Amino acid sequence: MAGLRLAPIEVRDLTVAYDRHPAVHHVTCRFEPGSLTAVVGPNGAGKSTLIKSIVGLLRPAEGRVSVGDLKRRDIAYLPQQADIDRSFPITVADTVALGHWARVGIFRAIGRPLRDKVAEALSAVGLEGFEQRPIGSLSSGQFQRVLFARLLLQDAGVILLDEPFNAIDARTTQDLLDLIGRWHGEKRTVIAVLHDMDQVRQHFPDTLLLARELVANGPTPDCLTAANLLAARRMSERWQDDAAVCAPEKRRA
Amino acid sequence: MTLWSLLVAPFADFAFMRRALVACFALALGCGPVGVLLMLRRMSLIGDAMSHAVLPGAAIGFLIAGLNIWAMGLGGLVAGISVALLSGLVTRNTSLREDASFAGFYLISLSLGVLIVSTKGSNVDLLHVLFGTILAVDDAALLTVAGIASLSIAVLALIYRPLVVECFDPGFLRAVGGGAGSIFHVVFLVLVVVNLVAGFQALGTLMAVGLMMLPAAASRFWARDVWSMAAVSIGVAMLSGWIGLLVSYHRDLPSGPAIMITAGVAYVVSIVVGREGGIIWRYMPRRHLEA
Repeated sequence: MAGLRLAPIEVRDLTVAYDRHPAVHHVTCRFEPGSLTAVVGPNGAGKSTLIKSIVGLLRPAEGRVSVGDLKRRDIAYLPQQADIDRSFPITVADTVALGHWARVGIFRAIGRPLRDKVAEALSAVGLEGFEQRPIGSLSSGQFQRVLFARLLLQDAGVILLDEPFNAIDARTTQDLLDLIGRWHGEKRTVIAVLHDMDQVRQHFPDTLLLARELVANGPTPDCLTAANLLAARRMSERWQDDAAVCAPEKRRA
Repeated sequence: MTLWSLLVAPFADFAFMRRALVACFALALGCGPVGVLLMLRRMSLIGDAMSHAVLPGAAIGFLIAGLNIWAMGLGGLVAGISVALLSGLVTRNTSLREDASFAGFYLISLSLGVLIVSTKGSNVDLLHVLFGTILAVDDAALLTVAGIASLSIAVLALIYRPLVVECFDPGFLRAVGGGAGSIFHVVFLVLVVVNLVAGFQALGTLMAVGLMMLPAAASRFWARDVWSMAAVSIGVAMLSGWIGLLVSYHRDLPSGPAIMITAGVAYVVSIVVGREGGIIWRYMPRRHLEA
């Protein structure tokens, strides 16, 4: 905790394209250290793409993401659940223990103290005694708690969450929101992709409204205005197969 | 017929049976864990494709040096790795999925192999390459198989953690920067090819993959985590080798298919009675537990 590295995340003129169609188009924004930001926008607005670019999983077609002197281990990332093989024969404890990766890497043993940390993290997310259960036997809410326990162990200064509350019941969502609040209190930078506007208004001081292009960015009440939300919906529904090549001069004009 | 003469005597009496048995045990040690990981990576059929892909290399080696495991092995290795790398390249750079690109290249490779063997060799040669001759295992072959088994276990121990994480949650490995996952993938594919090559002499190119996949698939019904599945898989493979050889000896059947069918029986039995999700447990209603 004391060793948390703090640096702003700066996104400059970022364009990420799939098959030349931009999913994120000339977006510039900045996440201050210790900020708690919700990324919202309609489906296909490039929210996940933005998050993945910050993690470094996607290569920008243009522009850049700068994370200062943050290392890979300083950025924890929770992807959408679809990426994980839930039928894999692995226990809850081993799954959570992956959060120690930065400390143990490929070769080092996971000894008693690190195992204890696993148990602590599990009880912090309300899953005491689940250590030896295979992950296939968990409900999706319980599994999401497991992934949050893993995030706890990663102990990163920047935490990126991609739709963390999909198909999660109210009680679990509340518990996990509390955890996010705790991270915010510890001055970690948290960025979460969300859909529930009430949730965002209640729990997230800052918002970034995205519709492939940046619609609004700043304090949540200023961002989530009816006008902005309407603009976002209009912008994201535009998709042209015969779109012209994006010319920089035209944009500046 | 006493139990001794049924189960042990063939091995006590004949050196070639003992060699065959040791070769099977060594194969089991390498193929067991590799097969389990192949299955967990959802690449069972790709193992099959690979075993066909090595044919042209093995055939060329066979034509140059006869049934020499080094020549066939080296040729098979080159052919197998070329196919693996080519299809990997195509998968990563085009929209073709891994199974499709593998299928494309292994079919080309397989047909090349059959072409080579049938124009340059006799039908007997083709049978040798396709079905192997475990009863003719010599010292050199035995040492090679044992060496490959030791190598596979050592390498698997080294890359075990990233390999398991990469098939469970590839996104996580990439996000924590756990090395380039694709390097482990390539190392693992090389291990698959090397173990298939080890299986040549014993089972032939056609069935080498059997001792890898059948015990692995069976192990899923007996164990809950990766390493115990690997242990079960090794056990099943060893047992299949032992019983298969006995069946082939007593009934005068070809040894390769006999071993494979034994493994197949173990697989079917596991599906039915395995403790972890075997079919029979579904139809044996036991009272549910307290909530």
